[in-house]
Formats: sequence, C-alpha cells, structure tokens
Amino acid sequence: MNAIGEFSLLGTVLISAFLLVGAAFTLIGALGLLRLQTFYTRLHAPTLGTTFGTVFIAAASMLYFSLAGGRLALHEVLIVAFVTISTPVGLIVLVRASLLRESLERDRAGAPSDPA
Amino acid sequence: MSGLLLWSVTAAQIMLGLAMACGTFRMLHGPRAQDRVVGFDCLYVTGMLMLITFGMRAGSNLYYEGALMIALLGFVSTVALAKFLLRGEVIE
Repeated sequence: MNAIGEFSLLGTVLISAFLLVGAAFTLIGALGLLRLQTFYTRLHAPTLGTTFGTVFIAAASMLYFSLAGGRLALHEVLIVAFVTISTPVGLIVLVRASLLRESLERDRAGAPSDPA
Repeated sequence: MSGLLLWSVTAAQIMLGLAMACGTFRMLHGPRAQDRVVGFDCLYVTGMLMLITFGMRAGSNLYYEGALMIALLGFVSTVALAKFLLRGEVIE
C-alpha cells in the first residue's frame, strides 16, 4: 500500500459519493428506527442500512483500496454477502418471537376478564 | 489524504455516529424486549460500517477484519437473543 490520497479526481469524487450516499441511507434507516410507531414498522427501517448502506460503503472501500494498492481489492464483498444474507434470517426469527410473545400476552390479558 | 476525501469520510462518520445514537436509544429505551433487539441489530451493523470508514481514514486493511468479525458475531447474537425471546432458552 503506498501513496494514500494520491487519487485521480474521478476516483476521489466516486469514493466520496459512495461514502456519503451509503452513510445517508444508513442514517435514514436509523431515523426510521427511532421515529416509526409500531414494532413491525420499526423492524424494516434499519434494513435500508443493511442493504444499500452496506453496499455503498463497501463499494467505496473497495474502490479506495483498489486505487491505493494498485490492484483489485474485493474482500469487502464478503461483508456485503454476509450481512445481506444474515439480516433477514435474524429478523425472521425475531418476528416469530415477537408474534409468539404478543399472542401469549393477549391470552394472559384476555383470560381473566373474559365474560363468557 | 486529500481534502475532498477527508471531508467526505468525516461527514460519513458523523452520519454513522448519529445512526449509532438512534440504535443505542432504541436499545436502551425500547418499550419492549424485541425493540431492544432490533436496536442492537441496527447498532452493530452501523458500527461495522463505521469501522470500514475508520479503515479508509487510516489506510489500513486491519479494520476490515474487525468489521467482518462484528458482522459474524452480531448475527449470532441477534439470532441467540431472538431464540431466547422465542423459547426462554438459547440452546434447547
């Protein structure tokens, strides 16, 4: 690795654009997590960061290290692939847990006050 | 590091820091347990992206390995917490 920061103008602008777009996607997703009202709407907001945010920031990093090292550096593809595959799996298990807990709470709340 | 790149890395780190703050708030304040787990999920993904930007700022490949570890262990933690909420125990 040599001469960090001695990129061409096109490379610098591309890296900056990828970084800013990815960070903006992640921030919008996190704001959705903060602001939305119910659990199931909050659940899908941060996936904006786990898909587009991760893809854009990893693309910026790949471009940066490829230009800085003078060779193709594509190892961030691993992070993108892993996060893109693993996030839906985790969220599916979480939604099943949430549905079960809500039905249990409804049963517990509904049983004593049942008029029938 | 040139001016534009330094500026954009700093701006991206500020935005990612705000996103981490949102995730932390949801993790500490979430009304129910599953909200806390979603906040934790958002927090570790955003922290991983923050680590990638730190690697770009330092020009070092080492941060990438840390980011990969966070991605792997964060997924395991989320699934373990969700299994705990589902069954009351992690390993059955």
